[in-house]
Amino acid sequence: MSKPVVIKVCTGTGGIAAGGEEVIKYFRSEMSSLSLEAHVTRKCSIHKVGCRGFCSFDVLVDVIVGDAKTTYKHVKPEMVPRIVKEHILEGNPVQEWLAGEEYIRFHEKQTKIVLSHCGEIDPEDIDAYISVGGYEAARKAFSSMTPDEIVEMIKSSHLRGRGGAGFPTGIKWELGLRMQSDVKYVICNGDEGDPGAFMDRSVMEGDPHSVIEGMIICAKATNSNKGYIYVRAEYPLAVKRLQMAIDSCYERGFLGKNILGAGVDFDLKIFQGAGAFVCGEATALMRSIEGKRGMPSPKLWRSAEKGLWDKPTVLNNVETFANVPKIILHGPRWYKKHGTDRSGGTKVFSLSGRVNNTGLIEVPFGITLRDMIDNIGGGIEGGKRFKALQTGGPSGGCIPEDLLDTEIDYESLAQVGSIMGSGGMVVLDETSCMVNTSKFFLEFTQAESCGKCTPCRIGTKRMLEILERITDGKGREGDIELLEELGRYIRSTSLCGLGMTAPNPVLSTLRYFRSEYETHIRDKKCPAAVCKALITYSIIQDNCTGCGACRRACPADAVRGTKKKPHQIIEGLCIKCGTCFDVCKFKAILKE
Amino acid sequence: MEEVLERILHNFRSNEGNIISILQDIEEHFGYIPEDAINWFSFQLNIPTSRFFGTATFYSQFHLKPRGKNIITVCRGTACHVKGSERLYDRIAMELDIPPDNDTTPDRKFTVEKVNCVGACGIAPVLILNKEIYGKMSLSKTMKALKNLKISE
Repeated sequence: MSKPVVIKVCTGTGGIAAGGEEVIKYFRSEMSSLSLEAHVTRKCSIHKVGCRGFCSFDVLVDVIVGDAKTTYKHVKPEMVPRIVKEHILEGNPVQEWLAGEEYIRFHEKQTKIVLSHCGEIDPEDIDAYISVGGYEAARKAFSSMTPDEIVEMIKSSHLRGRGGAGFPTGIKWELGLRMQSDVKYVICNGDEGDPGAFMDRSVMEGDPHSVIEGMIICAKATNSNKGYIYVRAEYPLAVKRLQMAIDSCYERGFLGKNILGAGVDFDLKIFQGAGAFVCGEATALMRSIEGKRGMPSPKLWRSAEKGLWDKPTVLNNVETFANVPKIILHGPRWYKKHGTDRSGGTKVFSLSGRVNNTGLIEVPFGITLRDMIDNIGGGIEGGKRFKALQTGGPSGGCIPEDLLDTEIDYESLAQVGSIMGSGGMVVLDETSCMVNTSKFFLEFTQAESCGKCTPCRIGTKRMLEILERITDGKGREGDIELLEELGRYIRSTSLCGLGMTAPNPVLSTLRYFRSEYETHIRDKKCPAAVCKALITYSIIQDNCTGCGACRRACPADAVRGTKKKPHQIIEGLCIKCGTCFDVCKFKAILKE
Repeated sequence: MEEVLERILHNFRSNEGNIISILQDIEEHFGYIPEDAINWFSFQLNIPTSRFFGTATFYSQFHLKPRGKNIITVCRGTACHVKGSERLYDRIAMELDIPPDNDTTPDRKFTVEKVNCVGACGIAPVLILNKEIYGKMSLSKTMKALKNLKISE
């Protein structure tokens, strides 16, 4: 036992929820209780690392002995003593707890550029970042490149804004550089509001220094002197880790006056959002930093011309900034090699919903959606049938099975009626109702509409009312056409991106799943048995063994029957919560 | 109360804060935004109360009414929705007897609220019980967690 041992425990939000902090504690106490083996303790280091992507296997633990890396899945505190004893002391990995082939397959098709450090280094330690080449790109940019050269490099890398719209980053920076002003700002948009997306959270929590490094390079490239990272209120861990990273950057001279001796001053602050989806929109975000209501304004100027406090402002997404150091270090040609002609590099997606392997993935542009769901996602959960892939959150749309061979890039996703968005991908299976899904998104955009412009404020409300009517079984002939008409108007007349894209979920489901709407309206039935008003629960008498599980679980006291005799559901009392359906082990509950 | 407000004011002046940062500090100290606090700041800074209220009501992080001792947050992100978070919310509200048009029990022991997305979609559906995140929640796991909360009350 002479090789050094490194233990890495996932402590992203997912890892912590699964008990990552406890696991670390157990490793520490287990190692110190083995103080007899002083030579082991001395050579062993325990690190908390950020999200490594495969959230459904959390807590994931890497045990690295010498060069041999072993990954354990679903680690619980009580498993720690055996791992320490058998693997670390005796050298025999505990076979039955290994993450195994599925874990390998999950990573096989991925290319990690932005996420290369996530899950590998301790995000709270600047030296860990420096030891893997961190701040090398900044050194290069500050010591041997002019702002024009940096801008040129970013331009030729074909890096496009990862927030969703895909505006070429280099062009934005160039505009920022050309502007003359005493104060210029660099803002990082970490207001990741799309429900079903968590790429930026994972990067801010797992590799905060890469974002800061990207920002100081941007500051140098555009001659900016002040910066903000706007982080959602819902991400407390990201705020904590970014603040630690900023503090240590000031200590080491990567932020503040005369950075790296190159005569550039740059101050960076975190601004914590207060919970408004619309603040992900650039102009609204800047109003929010100014302390006002986050309402978008008409885009008469680009932010790079007149942004925060009317000063030139370069605003990019978290993931965009995290790409920058890699491009500076390895060159644009290397970066462009990944991806397609129009979109350079890779994109991080959060894959969730009804797939086996949920988590964070990074793939080059050009991979097909099917490849992503089947090979990385490991197929549909529980052997059910795929129904749709929702991309781009409330601004995006649903893609049906026959279009799954679409290659991922900004243009091709727009062609099929969805958008790239920030990178949320939620898989829906046959148990999801498409009308209910679009109602869900409309509820969201309706609630988050800032209320400034009429089409968005009132239009989405009317659309939501129609959808509520349809799911309540009160849909009328003509409702579908009305939805389409309203959707078209809202899309073309709203002030900002929120309104312009709000009808997308409805319009795309109408395009591909129209018959589901028709069944709701004409037959007053919900084919997926989701919409409460349109379904009934009953007990299949032949299957019921009279075990009483449903009777005991029913919160409304709607199940009646005597033991060992088939039970019954009293329809008038049933609140359709579905508890009986979940608890029945004999498939005796019929939902239709 | 005034002592706390003085501290917040000092923090505001030394850190070049703004209305949002003041409201965030008030919310953190009191658990909601008391009307008196806004009146006090309005007087001190000579900013109309309407601007404070306008900002406070715009952002979902701010609450104008006191909230419960225990806060149960149901994530309503897409992944959680697909995995049945609406049912979890309905059931929790029913179990705790949350009055309609309100989110807090009359004895102010429990508040049940929805959040847009906490970004833990890989472990959907997600609940947050008093700031701690719980993933992959089923109805029965939720009921158990709720029971524990009730017992500790």
